[in-house]
Amino acid sequence: MFEYVIRRLVHLVPVVLGVSLMVFLIMHLTPGDPVALMFGLDAAADPALMESIRGELGLDRPLHVQYLRFLGNLARGDLGRSLRTRDTVTSEIAARLPATMELAVSAMVVAIVVGVLAGVLSAAYRNSAFDYVTTVGALFGASMPAFWFGLMLMFTLAVKYPVFPVSGRGFPLVSALLLVFQGQFTQLAKAASHLVLPAVTLGLPSAALVARLTRSSMLEVLGQDYVRTARSKGLAERTVLYRHALKNALIPVITVLGLQFGFLLGGAVITESVFAWPGVGRLVIQAIQQRDYPLVQGNVMIIALVFVGINLLVDLTYGLLDPRVRYR
Amino acid sequence: MSRKKLWRLLTSKHPRILVGGSVLLTVIILAISAPLLAPHSPIEQNLRLSLRNRTEGYPLGTDEFGRCIFSRILYGARISLQVGVVAVGIGAFIGGLIGLMAGVYGGVLESVLMRLMDVMLAIPGILLAIAIVAALGPGMLNVMLAVGISSVPSYARLVRGSVLSVREKEYVEAAQAVGAPTGHVARRHILPNVMAPVLVVASMQMGSAILAAAGLSFIGLGAQAPTPEWGAMLSRGREFLRIAPHVATYPGLAIFITVMGFNFFGDGLRDLLDPRLKT
Repeated sequence: MFEYVIRRLVHLVPVVLGVSLMVFLIMHLTPGDPVALMFGLDAAADPALMESIRGELGLDRPLHVQYLRFLGNLARGDLGRSLRTRDTVTSEIAARLPATMELAVSAMVVAIVVGVLAGVLSAAYRNSAFDYVTTVGALFGASMPAFWFGLMLMFTLAVKYPVFPVSGRGFPLVSALLLVFQGQFTQLAKAASHLVLPAVTLGLPSAALVARLTRSSMLEVLGQDYVRTARSKGLAERTVLYRHALKNALIPVITVLGLQFGFLLGGAVITESVFAWPGVGRLVIQAIQQRDYPLVQGNVMIIALVFVGINLLVDLTYGLLDPRVRYR
Repeated sequence: MSRKKLWRLLTSKHPRILVGGSVLLTVIILAISAPLLAPHSPIEQNLRLSLRNRTEGYPLGTDEFGRCIFSRILYGARISLQVGVVAVGIGAFIGGLIGLMAGVYGGVLESVLMRLMDVMLAIPGILLAIAIVAALGPGMLNVMLAVGISSVPSYARLVRGSVLSVREKEYVEAAQAVGAPTGHVARRHILPNVMAPVLVVASMQMGSAILAAAGLSFIGLGAQAPTPEWGAMLSRGREFLRIAPHVATYPGLAIFITVMGFNFFGDGLRDLLDPRLKT
């Protein structure tokens, strides 16, 4: 197992190098003069100023030298400085990343709980009304523009009937959970009430996919011999479903969950914009609008690294679910 | 297959093709006949009638500039359909070519191309698209390009996989045995046999491409004012959610219905042509 983890980490090196090169190239192949684009016409009118900015950002060097410098800095955890705030990109992202992870993880919980439950039940009661409703609901969920669904939720449950707050992040969830141990529940309620609408908005399309996948995977497993054996032993249907069938049916679902996490991280960019959620997604959009290229580059790089890390974790969890998986 | 038999097959076994197809046909007809059906020009302003819900002459009400939302949605259908077709076309063409080359030639070329695809897959699709548009600048053309490029790896993997299995077939071996050049074998014998799954995935991806493009417009990277693009309309509408929720509701509904049409159609097509792709 330990050896496998090391080997997987070694395999990650070319992927991470490739991602860094791709992000670097996308940001540096911008048509036009990046300095003029970043600072507008005022700077373009002053050639001396342009030159000094170019020198400071290293843009006067050949492309491969710039990339090697970028890579060297990246290895030291230095992603440069934001052009607008002059803060380091890492500190800007570090301040926002917890909010995004909180949103993405909560959305994942929504996707897993709703998706797996709906999938298992519609497989157990195949061709029932519930199965039919879930199948149609899953197709609807996959077609729903999340930003529209979010706005409609916001309109009905925050504006018209003010059950939840309209937007923003109430309180960091992790801190709120820690405060519960000190007997304070108000912060948790505040954090949760702000989190519900964005998490549901982001998580439901994934829940639709998970439900479809769980259903078909369960149907396949329920036809296996060991399920028949379990039933003929006289086990309760609930035990057969959850102890015998679900555990095996979940393996393909887990693979997709890893990929879905990337989808959630990407989708968070748009959901954060709908609910004014102060995460890296909104930071990316602000950075793009302000042409703050180092900040855009750093954000994309960090989100890609988080995604690569999550997929590694997913691969490692296979063995916990399925002892037949050998780490070779 | 007789026409009657095909009809019976579609209605009894593959109703999704029928439902999705009807929705799509309606959207396409509405898009084509937009100039005939639209009561107003999509950019004509009438500030006296701004933010009205359904009112005379404006079946779906007006936006903040008093523009007819119904007319804008009709014209927006043209943009969304175009985005779907162009983005999927770019993705399927480039991805298909990469997959074909990797599968046919193998060796170093295959390793390099497929590792490149792995790298692209390591960046979440919509984020890759956002990064590309951020570099190229906002606008619908760049959005189509970005959404297309970000879907390249999935086509490349699909086609490569199909090529690898087709390559082992007897008819390919036979063609090689009589001395046909590799390029000829790829074009005449392999390509036609890997097209079915590509078509199925392309039809399923059409909806996602429209969703992604509308999302990019929603965050301000796509269509610029006053283009009647659904995502951009929705984005403007959110500012008036309290006083005029209809401004955001209808464009969203239009996206939803169109994407659903593509998803139903694509799903049905998959079940009909290539059930192995089913997840």
